[in-house]
Amino acid sequence: MYMMALLVGGLFAMAVYCLLRRNLLKLVFGFLILSHAVNLLIFTAGGLTRNAPPIAPSEAKFLAAPYADPLPQALILTAIVINFGVFAFLLALVDKARRKTGTDDSDAMKGSDA
Amino acid sequence: MNTLLVLPVIVPIGAAAFIWLFNSRPRIQHALVLLTVAATLAVACLILRQTAAGDVHSTQIGHWPAPYGITFIVDGFSTLMLLISTLIGGMAALFSIGDTADRRHAGYFPLFFILLGGVNGAFLTGDLFNLYVWFEVLLMASFVLMALGGQRTQIEGAVKYVMLNLAGSTLLLAGIGIIYGLTGTLNMADLAAKLAGVSNAGRVNAAAMLLLAAFCIKSAIFPFFFWLPASYHTPPPAVAALFAGLLTKVGIYALVRMFTLVFVADTAATFKLLRILAGLTMVSGVLGALIQKDMRRLFAFLIVSEIGFVLMGIGFRTERALTGTIFFLMHMAVVKSTLFLMTGVIEHWKGTVRLDRLGSLFEDHPAFGYLFLGPVFALAGLPPLSGFWGKYVLVQAGLIEKYYLLVGVALAVSLTTLWVVARIWMEAFWRPACAPKRRADAPLGLLRIGPIVVLAAVTFLLGLWAEPFHAQALQAAGQLLHPSAYMQAVLGGP
Repeated sequence: MYMMALLVGGLFAMAVYCLLRRNLLKLVFGFLILSHAVNLLIFTAGGLTRNAPPIAPSEAKFLAAPYADPLPQALILTAIVINFGVFAFLLALVDKARRKTGTDDSDAMKGSDA
Repeated sequence: MNTLLVLPVIVPIGAAAFIWLFNSRPRIQHALVLLTVAATLAVACLILRQTAAGDVHSTQIGHWPAPYGITFIVDGFSTLMLLISTLIGGMAALFSIGDTADRRHAGYFPLFFILLGGVNGAFLTGDLFNLYVWFEVLLMASFVLMALGGQRTQIEGAVKYVMLNLAGSTLLLAGIGIIYGLTGTLNMADLAAKLAGVSNAGRVNAAAMLLLAAFCIKSAIFPFFFWLPASYHTPPPAVAALFAGLLTKVGIYALVRMFTLVFVADTAATFKLLRILAGLTMVSGVLGALIQKDMRRLFAFLIVSEIGFVLMGIGFRTERALTGTIFFLMHMAVVKSTLFLMTGVIEHWKGTVRLDRLGSLFEDHPAFGYLFLGPVFALAGLPPLSGFWGKYVLVQAGLIEKYYLLVGVALAVSLTTLWVVARIWMEAFWRPACAPKRRADAPLGLLRIGPIVVLAAVTFLLGLWAEPFHAQALQAAGQLLHPSAYMQAVLGGP
């Protein structure tokens, strides 16, 4: 549990560092790491239960108490799929931006501020 | 199962698939667009008929009982937002049929309706994770709509818009994860019941602040509003009108829903924060608008300023204040989309929307001038137009609760808005033309002027015949503050 918390915190720190860079590609990778950090956060916050799949034995009517909650994993799966699509779009957008503006420095993108 | 409740999502998204099939046949495509607009408006009106008397209706998707499955629910507030979003979406779609400029691309109309479906889904859902999913649906569609066309300013605006909104979505997801860890549920009504029993107030507040930051980013509230004026003026006018009318409103809707239904334990701290943010949002928006030369950027800054007024009503947290918030929300959505569509017409005539190059609009197009007068002065809150009633109720609510400083700021901001609006009027409409006409007057066409007239008429209606709208808003505010009917509709029982 503590290891997971540390890992999530570390990933968040890395992601924020990348997001604060001026380079657009670093921004995209920052977003990628951030989404992983959040997925792990959901996984950890949902409670870690080891070695207890949520499958009721055939003779039992109900699931016995210690079992892993499957819902966080379903949420994470949804989030991964969404983030995959978003990430693909971001890569295309950044590539287009680099071609149109001739730079990947977000400080130089002031064309829409005039 | 009440099928009507899922139709506002299914109709636009289903229609998007059909519209996509007829990309190479523009006439069939346009007919389908008209049909979809009519169908979504009809569905919204049917839902209004069900909830106008103050009922709350819900449906459980796939018959999964409440806290386990996904709930769709309409109360007064979501009905009004649904009605406004379908009206604005429909009018912007009609405008873009008329806008025959070279900016149209194959995916335009399908994305347009997917965006509308996502917005409606966010208004209808009663499940927090489902809310996140609808946010992503509408964001994905809006990303592409924003970048479609690929001009340099558009791409630059899109980069800023996309990155900040994605950061917002990720914060939302993190908040959802923590809330699930605390309560083991994501159904909003169930959350409201279960969060009351959570003893760890610190963690609840942490999750609440993550959600607040996420919704602040999405609705362009004070420290996070920079993406909006950097991007809203870049896409075509119909898209800008759709964004201006809908996107920030979804964020505000989610904020209202979460902070009236779910996070009601520690109101003293959170609502003070909301009031502070409201004041700062108002002031920074109007100060930004004061120095803009580009009319669209100016209106974008005024959106930020108006969002401050809406947030102020949420921060007061009384029935009267929430009534003002809901009324103001309807007013600003309609007015802002009208104005963004009107800048499209001005650009068509004059080739620019920069205030320092415009002039003599009133002399050249007097009818349009009168039409422009309504929304633009409603924006400044001049009686008897729609903005006045919203601000009147909000200010009254603030005075009753004795928030004199914030009310004073709001009145000063209102006055400054009037100054900004008067400047638009003098520079663009009254001043003699400073540049020769760039283009011959091509005919505008009914499909471009029609939606503007309809939306402007709604503005006048909201102002001159405010009573029924105010009554609906009052009822919706009552439902928000006393959510027992909402919770009963979702969870059943007494």
